[in-house]
Amino acid sequence: MSTKYKGLALLIVFLAALPLAMTNPYLYDVAIRIALNAVIVIGLNLLIGYTGQISLGHAGFLGIGAYATGILTTQFSWPPVLALLAGAAAAGALAFAIARPILKLKGHYLAMATLGLGIIISIVITNEIQYTGGPDGISVPPLSLAGLELSGDKSWYAAVSILLVVVTWLALNLIDSPAGRALQAIHGSEVASQVAGVQTTKVKVRIFVVSAIVASFVGSLSAHYVAFITPGLSGFFHSIELVTMVVVGGMASIFGSIVGAVILTTLPQLLSTFEGWETVVFGAILMATMIFLPKGIVPTLAAKFRKGDSQ
Amino acid sequence: MLSQFLQFLFSGVTIGATYALAALGFSIIYNASGVINFAQGEFIMLGGMAAALLVAQGVPLPLAVALAVAVVSIVGLLVEKFAIEPAKDAEVVTLIIITIGASLFIRGLVQVFLGKGSHLLPPFSGDTPIGVLGATLLPQSLWALGVTLLIVALLAWFFTRTLQGKAMLATSHNSLAARLVGINTKMILLASFGLSAALGALGGILVAPITNTSYDIGIMLGLKGFVAATLGGLGSGAGAIVGGLLLGIVEAMTAGYVSSSYKDAVAFVLILLVLFFMPRGLFGARVTERV
Repeated sequence: MSTKYKGLALLIVFLAALPLAMTNPYLYDVAIRIALNAVIVIGLNLLIGYTGQISLGHAGFLGIGAYATGILTTQFSWPPVLALLAGAAAAGALAFAIARPILKLKGHYLAMATLGLGIIISIVITNEIQYTGGPDGISVPPLSLAGLELSGDKSWYAAVSILLVVVTWLALNLIDSPAGRALQAIHGSEVASQVAGVQTTKVKVRIFVVSAIVASFVGSLSAHYVAFITPGLSGFFHSIELVTMVVVGGMASIFGSIVGAVILTTLPQLLSTFEGWETVVFGAILMATMIFLPKGIVPTLAAKFRKGDSQ
Repeated sequence: MLSQFLQFLFSGVTIGATYALAALGFSIIYNASGVINFAQGEFIMLGGMAAALLVAQGVPLPLAVALAVAVVSIVGLLVEKFAIEPAKDAEVVTLIIITIGASLFIRGLVQVFLGKGSHLLPPFSGDTPIGVLGATLLPQSLWALGVTLLIVALLAWFFTRTLQGKAMLATSHNSLAARLVGINTKMILLASFGLSAALGALGGILVAPITNTSYDIGIMLGLKGFVAATLGGLGSGAGAIVGGLLLGIVEAMTAGYVSSSYKDAVAFVLILLVLFFMPRGLFGARVTERV
């Protein structure tokens, strides 16, 4: 069995065994949030880690999904699944429209443009009070399909676990496929991959749109799960959190994305005991991790365990 | 009509001067190291906060300003020494996250020790407005503009006439070649953080009497400084100043004539439009990628 399937099997066993250790609703809540974040981060890692295109604005796409769900289900009485699809379509369409001019940019200019896009989305959400409720936020009804309602910690845990496994499996397959190799070729050298026949623009646009749709999809799910949304989830700081999950876990590592989501989702919970010092400690941990493990946790550990074995 | 336009222009130029100083800070560090320092906004915040605190303690204003700039420069040096230098060869994204970590660290400390309230720095020479063609101009705006112009002149002199300035420029053009002719590029990198921190602090101090200051103003000011620097073309000194003033004016005009709730969005719409048509900003150098 290849490493890829060993990892996937390990993930399935872990997710299946975890409920034995989870004794209270709080732990379920944390686990569900981790899984939701992990799915976004896998999508984002395909863009940042594998293709080498930074985005400091992905929380904006998450916000589009969350607010499409929030607004369409409450104010226009759409069924949740339709609202979710509409959000994903809107995020995908926006990403597609903006991808060509944005992905022409490189390095810090790309960082600036994506950052700007995210902030504009977040400002629109904060200001269009008649729809979004402004800074006060709006509440969102539970997720339901054909009369069946998804509710309770255990059902949500089961649902997001399955989602995480499926997305992990899809991503692992993608990076081993010709399309995935094209992504990694672009990260290596854009010009060289063009010479080798990769249609770089098309490939970059496609992965940008995919990661935006994933973010929007999870945004809709989170909105249903948390049942209340505020503009903060589309803000600059949330975008940074998502990118940090990618980098801390490990760029160009699918399982690293999951580890990154675990660490950065639990860290703020653990730090809440520091009363007022959370931001200071969070900043210090961020700096220390990046200084001592610049490649991220999973790639660094993997290299340690398999010295000499080039992967 | 004209008086209203002038009024918006004055407030735009005033805030634009702060953006310009922040943008210069971004450009200086970018030139020395290729790093975008997301902690630049915290230097602006720290400058205003430190000066306000010292003045509230009874320290005379000129001394308070000098002390505040000195303290913030030291913070800048510490950030470079303990966060940037150990990770020098890391990827761009990694460095961006390190500077974001540094900015959270600084902002968190200020929040712990100085609280979340807003602090006031008194205007340098009173707040009696000066009437100009029906519009009013605050004396503090003249201070902001005057000091910014003075700093630009000093920087121009520094980069073209002094050995240290030329060494900094040489490092930005080609770090390896600079090392070969005996320039200590490590010191240059350190100095660039100190200089940028000082510029940010000054910007923060100049604008604090007009906007007040609190622990969280650094985020937006820093991001807009980044916009201004990118607008002019990263690494271009003239670009940073033009970008900063242009951004300040466009923002004030939008707030005045269109909608004040979308004031903060202007910077980002502007930068997206500029980057769509000029991928390297208004004054950015054309570069060809070597394969």
